[in-house]
Amino acid sequence: MSGFVAELEQEARRGHHALEAFLRGRRFPVVDGRSVTFVWRGEADEVLLRHWIHGLPGGLPFHRVPGAGLWFLAIDVPEGSRVEYKIEVARWGERRLMADPLNEHHAADPYGANSVVHAQGYAPPEWIAHDAEARAGELREHAVRSQAYGGERRVQVYLPARFRTTRRYPLLVVHDGEDYLRFAALKTVLDNLIHRLELPSMVVALTQSPNRLEEYADDPRQARFLVDELVPELERAYPLVQKPAARGMMGASFGAVASLSAAWRHQGVFGNLLLQSGSFVFTDIGQHDRGPLFDPVVRFVNAFRRNPGRPAEHIYLSCGVYESLIYYNRSLMPLLSKSGMTVRFSESHDGHNWENWRDRLREGLSWLFPGPLWMVYE
Amino acid sequence: MARKIVLIGPQRLQPTLAATVESLGVAGRIAAVTAGWEEREGEDRELHEHLGGRTTNLEAWTRVEDVMSADGELTGMIRQRADRLRAAHELYRLRLAHALDAARELLKREPQAGFEDLLEAEREAALRAVRVVDASHLERVSAIHAEFGAEAQPARRTSIRKHRAELEAQLKPCELLCIAGGHVVVLLHRLALLDVLGLWGERRPIVAWSAGAMALAERVVLFHDDPPQGAGNAEVYEPGLAAYSGLVPLPHARRRLRLHDGVRVGLMARRFAPDRCVALDALTRVEWDGSAWRGEAGTQQLDRQGHLTEVRS
Repeated sequence: MSGFVAELEQEARRGHHALEAFLRGRRFPVVDGRSVTFVWRGEADEVLLRHWIHGLPGGLPFHRVPGAGLWFLAIDVPEGSRVEYKIEVARWGERRLMADPLNEHHAADPYGANSVVHAQGYAPPEWIAHDAEARAGELREHAVRSQAYGGERRVQVYLPARFRTTRRYPLLVVHDGEDYLRFAALKTVLDNLIHRLELPSMVVALTQSPNRLEEYADDPRQARFLVDELVPELERAYPLVQKPAARGMMGASFGAVASLSAAWRHQGVFGNLLLQSGSFVFTDIGQHDRGPLFDPVVRFVNAFRRNPGRPAEHIYLSCGVYESLIYYNRSLMPLLSKSGMTVRFSESHDGHNWENWRDRLREGLSWLFPGPLWMVYE
Repeated sequence: MARKIVLIGPQRLQPTLAATVESLGVAGRIAAVTAGWEEREGEDRELHEHLGGRTTNLEAWTRVEDVMSADGELTGMIRQRADRLRAAHELYRLRLAHALDAARELLKREPQAGFEDLLEAEREAALRAVRVVDASHLERVSAIHAEFGAEAQPARRTSIRKHRAELEAQLKPCELLCIAGGHVVVLLHRLALLDVLGLWGERRPIVAWSAGAMALAERVVLFHDDPPQGAGNAEVYEPGLAAYSGLVPLPHARRRLRLHDGVRVGLMARRFAPDRCVALDALTRVEWDGSAWRGEAGTQQLDRQGHLTEVRS
């Protein structure tokens, strides 16, 4: 039992005023070494912690402090962890899922917002915050005619600060680009890392699919769109270095599958891949249990494992250890390395979420596209 | 009288150049080098206006581009030199990493009562080893430059002579040479190829900042304590133009160095001693009169105990 919980129960026994005094001014959840204590206040029949940590039961029950209208749950969380969660409260036969009202840390994603625990040793990186000294890049809308998909696809193009048509830039293509902007602060991150010279000035194409679960699941149309339509169009419109070494592609989850699949189908086009929490599910025997959406993914990953080829020269792979996908990503590492590509794998104490992907951007991007940090002193 | 060299902090956000120029009593034209900005070399309007419209940009970057497109043979030799420098640098890094690890480990170690002298002797030996690695690298790089000089004979090439003659004419009416920052190696190599300092002579003053200050030093020291990749070991890249001695400039020190980390600060100070390592952040200034340094109030240097102290002459 954590020291906090022992004190909490002791103060609760001393009565309402003692308990209120004890809780006043505290921040929740309470992080005490590896022990994290969640607190929920109110009347309920049951309170559960809903989280996405692979391997733990999905709903961890809170304990009631009798007569205090207070529930708590203490769990062991490794150092450096970042854990997203919600609280589920059951009352009068109804269940409500909510953000933790006592926790000020929230993380947004396309499905809403979760509460977040910052365990001991975790702090949001300082390079994700707006830096007044960093010159801002610009986002431009660009329309790409697509025969692969039929019709027009809109792409946002990030042009770095001090963009000049007289020089040539590397190109990075991002899957779920708008989500990276909204939930992973990608524009701020690019502005900051380019300003700090940790990345070179680069052009970034932010693509967004209207139907990602289909188009990102090894859909040949996506590979064709990227390689035969988007890249040539961008190379016509912007001054880009037209070499594989200066081209990169990235994505998270199904976006990572789409990146690897396109690079595999068209080898020698992209020199660099940044693959975050890739949904690289495969089977060694029998059927997978992830549902029909994963059928094309599993077929692709199985085929890729049989014949990986050389989809890129450099691959940065990352995954959270609390994700169910960690096994698949770890399994990919030796295969990629054996094929002669230079591969870096990074694990974090985090889950399948945008802030995990955000927090790995500096390491991944600066490894694939090293900036002139050592040489430039302005 | 020897020429005065003034090194100032970065100029983008808190410019002090105009005040520095005024303090030097310069009323006439000013030659400006912005070659470190590479293809943005010509975007010097802000600098020009800050100095009251008195600057003449020497266009050293553009001139060397012109030389390289006109003189294919020289370009080939420049590329060959770059390849050799890169290879030498990679090898240097390997040795340096091990030497620095040992020195850092010893500097971190707490002295055992009664055996302080042993630890200090070992620390000094480890630092000597780092200095040997630095010195042998500088020697190798100097030899590469000497080979290039002997083979390329820049002073005899028509492509370069033309630009040197134009530069000489541009520099003649100027009272001050200003060298801005940017890419330190691009800047250094272009200044050297065009022999800008030789043309400028020994008497007129120079003001430089950031990479400009680094290029003028005896040795160019690259540094960053927290790069996103790698160990963050400061590196002696190659010999500088040696317009002054006794000082290692550290532009943007607050951003690039862990100045609160006594071990790293002490290591840097001791490694480059007797030269002083000066933090050249915004609003700082040091002045060289040909024999000694004088720092403006608030300008700090790294000391061997791992602290920052005021620069004194």
